[in-house]
Amino acid sequence: MDVFNAIVQTLDSTIRLSVPLLLACLAGLYSERAGIFDIGLEGKMLVGAFAGAAAASVFHSAFLGLGMAILISVAFAMVHGFASITHRGNQIVSGVAINFIAAGSTIILGQAWFQQGGRTPALQPGERFEAITWPGADAIHDVPIIGPIYAELLSGHSILVYLAFLMVPFTWWVLFRTRFGLRLRAVGENPAAVDTAGISVAWLRYRALICTGVLTGIAGAYLSMVQNGGFVKDMTAGKGYIALAALIFAKWKPVNAMFACLLFGFLDAAAIRLQGSPLPIIGKVPVQFMQALPYILTVILLAGFIGKAIPPRAGGVPYVKER
Amino acid sequence: MAQAAIELIGINKSFGAVRANRDINLEIARGTIHGIVGENGAGKSTLMSILYGFYQADSGEIRVGGQPASIKTPNDAIALGIGMVHQHFMLVDNFSVLENIILGAESDALLKRSIAKARSELDRLEREYGLEVDPDAIIEELPVGLQQRVEILKALYRGAEILILDEPTGVLTPAEADHLFRILGQLKEQGKTVVLITHKLREIMAITDTVSVMRQGTMVATRETKKTTVEELAELMVGRRVLLRVEKGEADAGAVKLAVKNLTVKDTRGVTMVDDISFDIRAGEIVGIAGVAGNGQSELLEAISGIRHAVSGSVMLDGKPIDLTGAADPGELRDRGLAHVPEDRHHVGLVLAFEENENSILGYHDDPRYLKGPFLNIDAIRNDAKDKIAKYDIRPADCRLKTANFSGGNQQKIVLAREMEQDPGVLIVGQPTRGVDVGAIEFIHKRLIAMRDQGKAVLVVSVELDEIRSLSDRILVMFAGRIVGERGPEATEGELGLLMAGVEHQEAAQ
Repeated sequence: MDVFNAIVQTLDSTIRLSVPLLLACLAGLYSERAGIFDIGLEGKMLVGAFAGAAAASVFHSAFLGLGMAILISVAFAMVHGFASITHRGNQIVSGVAINFIAAGSTIILGQAWFQQGGRTPALQPGERFEAITWPGADAIHDVPIIGPIYAELLSGHSILVYLAFLMVPFTWWVLFRTRFGLRLRAVGENPAAVDTAGISVAWLRYRALICTGVLTGIAGAYLSMVQNGGFVKDMTAGKGYIALAALIFAKWKPVNAMFACLLFGFLDAAAIRLQGSPLPIIGKVPVQFMQALPYILTVILLAGFIGKAIPPRAGGVPYVKER
Repeated sequence: MAQAAIELIGINKSFGAVRANRDINLEIARGTIHGIVGENGAGKSTLMSILYGFYQADSGEIRVGGQPASIKTPNDAIALGIGMVHQHFMLVDNFSVLENIILGAESDALLKRSIAKARSELDRLEREYGLEVDPDAIIEELPVGLQQRVEILKALYRGAEILILDEPTGVLTPAEADHLFRILGQLKEQGKTVVLITHKLREIMAITDTVSVMRQGTMVATRETKKTTVEELAELMVGRRVLLRVEKGEADAGAVKLAVKNLTVKDTRGVTMVDDISFDIRAGEIVGIAGVAGNGQSELLEAISGIRHAVSGSVMLDGKPIDLTGAADPGELRDRGLAHVPEDRHHVGLVLAFEENENSILGYHDDPRYLKGPFLNIDAIRNDAKDKIAKYDIRPADCRLKTANFSGGNQQKIVLAREMEQDPGVLIVGQPTRGVDVGAIEFIHKRLIAMRDQGKAVLVVSVELDEIRSLSDRILVMFAGRIVGERGPEATEGELGLLMAGVEHQEAAQ
């Protein structure tokens, strides 16, 4: 039973840890499918996390915090759009710049406004998104097998967790079942075809980036208002990059993205779980190795275990009308 | 005369200092096929892009059906019933036919309903115009002829009454081109107006009712097709008399210079592209390889010139083998007297961002003539480039100019000058005149024949049948990776066309 409980608890933290990855990964999916590389997922998450925690703490409202996180993250996405769509700049450079601005400005503003060394004040109840307990979760908690699965694994997460997983079928539906999705995929493959069909390439790509901004904003809010009780500097800690790796790993498909993010989340959860406890045969594994494992796996998987990942053909190339 | 479908009055358009269109007047009658011919850069495509709303004219007026029209975006053009089939297809390769057709003209925010509606509409169009294509096929799996059909259907689905086709036959076999012309004839019968942009005069003569000629941004003449000749049109295009067929004497073939034996080459996906091919080329002859693009000619060229591995077979240069397995070093082949003018000059033949003089020694930059110790001898290189510019009449005559700023024909001359002036024993040329103007074609053909007369072995691969027929002493036809026939230069176009389409080959196999 101990083993079973351990597994349930690991899976439970797998879910919690994969949510920010999943939201960021889906965010990247919108922009990359539209032909805009977005290495600035990390930065947008970070400003979202900061804006969310700051607003929630000042206005004493979790939902105002979430709104502010989305607003600021979308604003940063629009900066990326202005540089790379309107002015046809290099998308990687623009994305890197956004990451630097995010890392620096959150600390400066945090210190200026709250004087807590770049942190935001600890969020009080009502300023965070609380866990939702499903009906009857407490009642059946002690029922073997089903009890822990229902009460721990399914119930007891914040609304943002459920939202993140609902975004998977929703994104699939938008991309493959709507007019907007058809055009979005087309503009990532051959923008000239979209242009000659009488659709504005720039407006379409801006809309894709708005979707990206909304999702990175939610991802940031999750980090500072659910996983943590406030903003801490550099709290994204590379999750935006791991999300990009997951996106490639998932071959730019929403359902695959979910599994990729769950896998990375699981590795993270396992690393935390196994810290300091000896494994059979191998013995005690250094913490550092376990922490590095998700990244090592990313390199190995991307280096050839996933078959050929074909990115959207127009990805990274600013659209210029041919003469 | 029928009412004008389109009138262009006093159209001007400049790109920076270049005046692409000057004071163009043009009237296209409803229900006719109107051809527009001109050399590259004459302003044909710019004019049509203005009509389709891709560019805005600096001044001038467009009238559609007698009414002044303001066409600011392709959407405006589509609303006025103007459709365009671009030279490079505007299709999303990994979408289905239906998805491509509805893109931008979806009837509903949800795809299911849009696709259902398009499916029945497409069915009607297919029956009406004889344009059959599987609506669920993925574009990249269709042959180019069918892809083009999808482009035409796309325009018709949007209710096009006026259809503009930009160089539509460049990628087609003669048989596919004939089929296209039948479709265009049918469209005309249904009352549609067709505008055909091309540089192939034969097509103009075969299918159009009226033809307009453009030269250097101006409209120089409009003729009724029945009352003009190919010679007159060519002269109008270039502004001087041109020889459409180069004069050449009998070939005096000598010893075998290049012997290809049982050569098999696969592409990166592992598909066999060159299948057990054998042939010889002798000193003092031009061997032409005809075939529709994509039948293994490119891979054959790449294997012989040492860019691509071969799976099996051998190639002997002057009786000594070329190492095909380790991908022969192209530099070593150059030293052994094999020069290569690649098909794709932009990606393989030139570095467009380099100055002309740098490109004119590319690949020969280790030659002591161009070196001073370990350094490049800039003066020697520039003088060498100046000599080539003079000899090959490369314009503008500026060896410091960036290569990207030369026209397609002059870029090709830069590559040809570089390879020919090394005095190679064997010259391999892919698509010698692709995208090259009529005037420059004549020059390039003369140079190639001069090489032959000096006793060089020349291999020419081209998708232009006219070119193959006028240059070659022997013609090999490639189909599906094999040589399906050898003919003399007197072979008719019809005969070669059948071979290129694999007809004889398939009959023999059955």
